[in-house]
Amino acid sequence: MKTILTATILTLTATGAFAASHCAAGKTLTDGTLTIATGNPAYYPWVIDDAPEAGQGFEAAVAYALAEEMGFAAENVTWVRTSFDEAIQPGAKDFDLNMQQFSITADRDRVVDFSAPYYTAPQAVMTTVEAVEGGATPTMDSLKGMKWGVVASTTALPVVMEKIQPDQSPLVYDDNANITAAMQAGQIDAALFDLPTALFTAAVLMDNGVVLGQFDPSAAESPDQFGALMLEGSALKPCVDEALAALTDSGKLAAIEAEWLQDAVGVPLIK
Amino acid sequence: MSTRRAAYEARQRRRANLLAGASTLVVLGLLVLLVPLAPGWAAVKSSFFDGEIFARTFPDLARAFLINIAIFAWSVPLIMVLGLAIALARGARAPVLFPMRIFGAIYVDLFRGIPVVLLVYLVGFGIPGLGLPRPWNSPYIWGTVALVLTYSAYVAEVLRSGIESIHASQRNAAICLGLSERDTMRYVILPQAIRRVVPANMNMLVALQKDVALLSFIGPVEILRQAGIFKSLLANFTPYVVAAVIFLCVTVPATRYADYLMNRDRDART
Amino acid sequence: MPEPRLALRGVTKSFGDVQVLHGIDLSVAPGEMVCLIGASGSGKSTLLRCMNGLEPVDDGEVRLDGVDIAEPGFDLGPVRQQIGIVFQSFNLFPHMTAYDNVALAPRRVLGEDARVRIEELFTRFGLATHISKYPDQLSGGQQQRVAVIRALAMRPHTMLFDEITSALDPELVGEVLDVLRQLRDDGMTMVLATHEMGFARELADRICFMDKGVIAEEGSPDVIFSSPTRKRTKQFLASVLR
Ligand SMILES: Nc1ncnc2c1ncn2[C@@H]1O[C@H](COP(=O)(O)OP(=O)(O)O)[C@@H](O)[C@H]1O
Ligand SMILES: [Mg+2]
Repeated sequence: MKTILTATILTLTATGAFAASHCAAGKTLTDGTLTIATGNPAYYPWVIDDAPEAGQGFEAAVAYALAEEMGFAAENVTWVRTSFDEAIQPGAKDFDLNMQQFSITADRDRVVDFSAPYYTAPQAVMTTVEAVEGGATPTMDSLKGMKWGVVASTTALPVVMEKIQPDQSPLVYDDNANITAAMQAGQIDAALFDLPTALFTAAVLMDNGVVLGQFDPSAAESPDQFGALMLEGSALKPCVDEALAALTDSGKLAAIEAEWLQDAVGVPLIK
Repeated sequence: MSTRRAAYEARQRRRANLLAGASTLVVLGLLVLLVPLAPGWAAVKSSFFDGEIFARTFPDLARAFLINIAIFAWSVPLIMVLGLAIALARGARAPVLFPMRIFGAIYVDLFRGIPVVLLVYLVGFGIPGLGLPRPWNSPYIWGTVALVLTYSAYVAEVLRSGIESIHASQRNAAICLGLSERDTMRYVILPQAIRRVVPANMNMLVALQKDVALLSFIGPVEILRQAGIFKSLLANFTPYVVAAVIFLCVTVPATRYADYLMNRDRDART
Repeated sequence: MPEPRLALRGVTKSFGDVQVLHGIDLSVAPGEMVCLIGASGSGKSTLLRCMNGLEPVDDGEVRLDGVDIAEPGFDLGPVRQQIGIVFQSFNLFPHMTAYDNVALAPRRVLGEDARVRIEELFTRFGLATHISKYPDQLSGGQQQRVAVIRALAMRPHTMLFDEITSALDPELVGEVLDVLRQLRDDGMTMVLATHEMGFARELADRICFMDKGVIAEEGSPDVIFSSPTRKRTKQFLASVLR
């Protein structure tokens, strides 16, 4: 069994190296090196301890798996940090791939390129213990009556506006930390995140955070899918997609997801 | 019937206008011709000057700008009243009022020393975090408080410098007529001081109009935030250009109007 | 001899280390007109300012109708209604019309709407057409006349004038001196610091020559101008009358 596995990895590595010479070769910023961007800071569970080099955390692990698949050894992966704005601003980029939970949307796709999705994120509602004690339930009716907060650079706002249609207009913040502060200040009742972020924020950043429920991603008309962002017209895109397909087919992507994003079970679906 | 001099001056004026017009045309022409030659122009153009996105986001951004105007409108009177109070406290001469002088000095140093955005965070999240119930924990209220604290400190300093710039003989003249210190300040010193600092205060108000956008950090969806949301959803910076245009539509006429008022005030008296 | 309106005894005044007044004795009878002459820096302005309490004196007495107003802590409010003062320049409030300049103190201090009285004053001193103008629309002479009217509107019995014609163009001096003549005719008690020697000689009851913070010589105009006894007085008069 063990030998088979080793053999598979060897084969994969070999195919990867082969692929590199055929696909990614000469298409990266620096020959022989894959430069990947993440957020500053990068959050759990996407990157553990803000140290993507360690390969710990879902996106860090996917990044190294992709690199390997495309024929880059771990030591040939370089990390840089960008904000969302840097990722979409015109002009040359200092990364080959940018992975920081970017939702793939048609509008964004006109300006930059996205890989095939590497994760389909259920949207989840975070609220406070007090709100739950006050009668908040994972039902549309209950959600409508809440005061909402969302992060500006995510796709959460249109989801709140279209799906939930709250009675009061939502407040909008720069990042999760500010959402946390506003919730603790009692200025908002609920926030919409992707499920892993909601779980982390509720458990770690908040003292009194609760994940109230999640939307069924398979039921959504356009599910929230994360893709690696690339320069518009990037020559690398076919290679990345090919590598992702291979990871999906081999079950490796699912394994990484199971390893890092497993606590999602037990969060009720919103009715 | 024109004099020799008038004819000469008219000739000079025509020449000057011609030159000014020509050089402006040349500069504009160079800009229009040269900028698009830059290698990244196509990308910059689609990213910052996308006509379709401009048209699509303009109505929502204009609507969001109403929030800026509202916050500005209710902040200004508070800033002026508080700024005046602090300026007067700083100038208090009576020994009993010494604590007020100290308070005024600390207030001014403190709130001019802290960047507005920090104050917006500290006051906007911090004070409501003490457990105020809704609606008293609203970010609109506490964000406004942060703006008022900062800007009243600046206005207080401006007013104080205005008060100090009024010649001591004005005060002497008033005191010698038997006016009280209070009346001297109210009827003689302050009206002159306030007039003198109108330009400085106008600049302050233009800065305030822009800093209102900092309230977006604590939740309110004003124009800059709305532009940021569009930018994020559309992955395009054109909404920021729209916001800039909307800002200019207000600030340029406002400053021009203030200039006009000041000139009129001056002309009326000469 | 009637009780003096103003009586100064042993008045001293220093600014920091510099002593400006060295024990001034001076008394002014009701209706009297006293002119202070002397070189620049001799202490004329300071003396005038001590007379209405604008400058607190260090030592000595300033009696107004027998009451010592130099007493530390004395309430000077009422004194300032009784004694008007006009300075060399910057008298008027530039943001108010001539009328408002004059009406402010009666309204705020006396609680009186003195419109009729004020209009009479403007008419009397030939300024009726200028009543609604701002100070910078008036000539220097007109401004000084408005300043006099403003002081008179408080109905003072004594007026102090500190070189009120010194900052004026020569052709404007006469119209201001005419105002002083009218006040003299009204019997106003007046103390003037002035460089207008001809005017002083013609109208003053008494001339005080100030030198380095003391009244070096005083007497009737004829005596001071024709036969001064002190050498300093002669020197000063020689320099200004040349
Ligand atoms: N506020 C002041 N502070 C310091 N020195 C002063 C002040 N006022 C006047 N002096 C000084 O007192 C002296 C007398 O001044 P002043 O009374 O103005 O004289 P005059 O009016 O006769 O020209 C001058 O040496 C002047 O410099
Ligand atoms: Mg003087």
